[in-house]
Amino acid sequence: MCGIAGLFSKSSETEERLGAHLSAMLGQLADRGPDSAGVAIYRDPAPSGSVKVSLFSEEPDYPWNRLEGELAESFGTVTEPERIATHALFTVEGEGEQVQRWLAGEHPELRVMSVGEHIEIYKEMGDPRQFVKEFGLETVSASHALGHTRMATESRVTTEHSHPFSTGLDLCLVHNGSLSNHNRLRVELRRQGIEFQTDNDSEVAAGYLTWRLQQGEDLETALNGCLEDLDGFYTFAVGTADGFAVLRDPIACKPAVMAESDDWVAMASEYRAIAELPGADEAELWEPEPGRVYHWARAKVA
Amino acid sequence: MSATASAETVDLVAASVRELNQRLHDAASGGPTGWRVSNPNGAHALAAGLDAEMDVEIDGHTGYYCAGMNKLATVRVRGNVGVGVAENMMSGTVIVDGDASQSAGATGRGGLLVIKGSASARCGISMKGIDIVVHGNIGHAGAFLAQKGNLVVCGDAGPGLGDSIYEARLYVRGSAAELGADCIEKEMRDEHVTDLRALLERAESDADPSDFRRYGSARQLYTFDVDNAGSY
Repeated sequence: MCGIAGLFSKSSETEERLGAHLSAMLGQLADRGPDSAGVAIYRDPAPSGSVKVSLFSEEPDYPWNRLEGELAESFGTVTEPERIATHALFTVEGEGEQVQRWLAGEHPELRVMSVGEHIEIYKEMGDPRQFVKEFGLETVSASHALGHTRMATESRVTTEHSHPFSTGLDLCLVHNGSLSNHNRLRVELRRQGIEFQTDNDSEVAAGYLTWRLQQGEDLETALNGCLEDLDGFYTFAVGTADGFAVLRDPIACKPAVMAESDDWVAMASEYRAIAELPGADEAELWEPEPGRVYHWARAKVA
Repeated sequence: MSATASAETVDLVAASVRELNQRLHDAASGGPTGWRVSNPNGAHALAAGLDAEMDVEIDGHTGYYCAGMNKLATVRVRGNVGVGVAENMMSGTVIVDGDASQSAGATGRGGLLVIKGSASARCGISMKGIDIVVHGNIGHAGAFLAQKGNLVVCGDAGPGLGDSIYEARLYVRGSAAELGADCIEKEMRDEHVTDLRALLERAESDADPSDFRRYGSARQLYTFDVDNAGSY
């Protein structure tokens, strides 16, 4: 089944309490996905020339401080690791893809959850209501965020198999549904140089978007490509540095509701998650049409 | 037929869905006949399985399967409804003031479902005798595998209307450009205009029945060929 939620703030009040709102939404979607939960939070941009890196280790006593030293030797300034449950967040002076490549080469035991100026991905097994507490999500301020509650159908329940999946710098994907042609597509994408950490079908969708975006396509074109190349059921929400996008498969197998008020734009698998938001009663409410890309982005300051 | 001012009120901030439905079910054997439900907040299965003449008014948006399996009761939702409103309804009336999500009136056997806004995909899927009147548009695959009853769409019908339909009657005022397999336009005779007029009146619609076109089964699919009857 799975539940997905996206929230985009249009006011400073919403931004201030975005973590609390997203936590409440995930609580409502816990029944749809009791196996694991995850979020992608967009906040506190790294200084120019630096990136934020969210890492996960299975080892509870992982020597994060030693890693900090190694990163500092290979790159520029590195912040002290911020420990968030089983994850650690670093800000590293360096180029995102280089940092990612270095980590993959030097520390294959670590999972790189996200890399980017704005994005931080956290995800873990277990009840979503527990997850938001363990990761301190309720006190987070952010410009926008995506969340996911997972009921596993296509692959195992592990931290790595949880959503969101990173699809490149500052990009991520959450998925409700199941894909039928993921094995064949994974082989083809590997041939194109896309790397995969799991046998999860949703990770293939994320990899597919990464590949299309690497070709220089914009997000909307890349998402429209899904309609041609992905076989299966999906409602996707894709997070970007400045907003998020939503796409449902052409037969609309999986649910989605969208809403917009003066203070926020939200999407969720069900209205009951949106009902948690202030002013939901008065918000404009609609069901996104199948096969159509919806995209919100913060207006860029010229 | 709306709930009176003296209606029994259940606030879902305080009461659970199970408590609400139990109270409604208990009222079938003697109890209040007018009910109001406040703060539904998208909860599932509200007023499901009712089996008595009563009026239930829900103030807000509901989740899945609202008024499912309804018998005799009149349920009015002052908001939007989630997936499967009035699914498998047997009789009675369900009125939605807002929009409906997918599979509205799915497998319904009888009664009247009115959607004042629009309905999305698979409206009236496998309907078996229910009457559905949608004041707005419907999404794709409306009346898929429909077997009996009437589906009335005052706006447009999305692609695949009436795919693999059996004997239900479909009336559309706007466009129905891409009909589903074995669904064809049929002649609108006087009896159909008369039936439709009565349905529109019951559904609080002022649409003119002569503006509608009728669609139904061409009866050309495999299942309609008697030579295949012995194949099972």
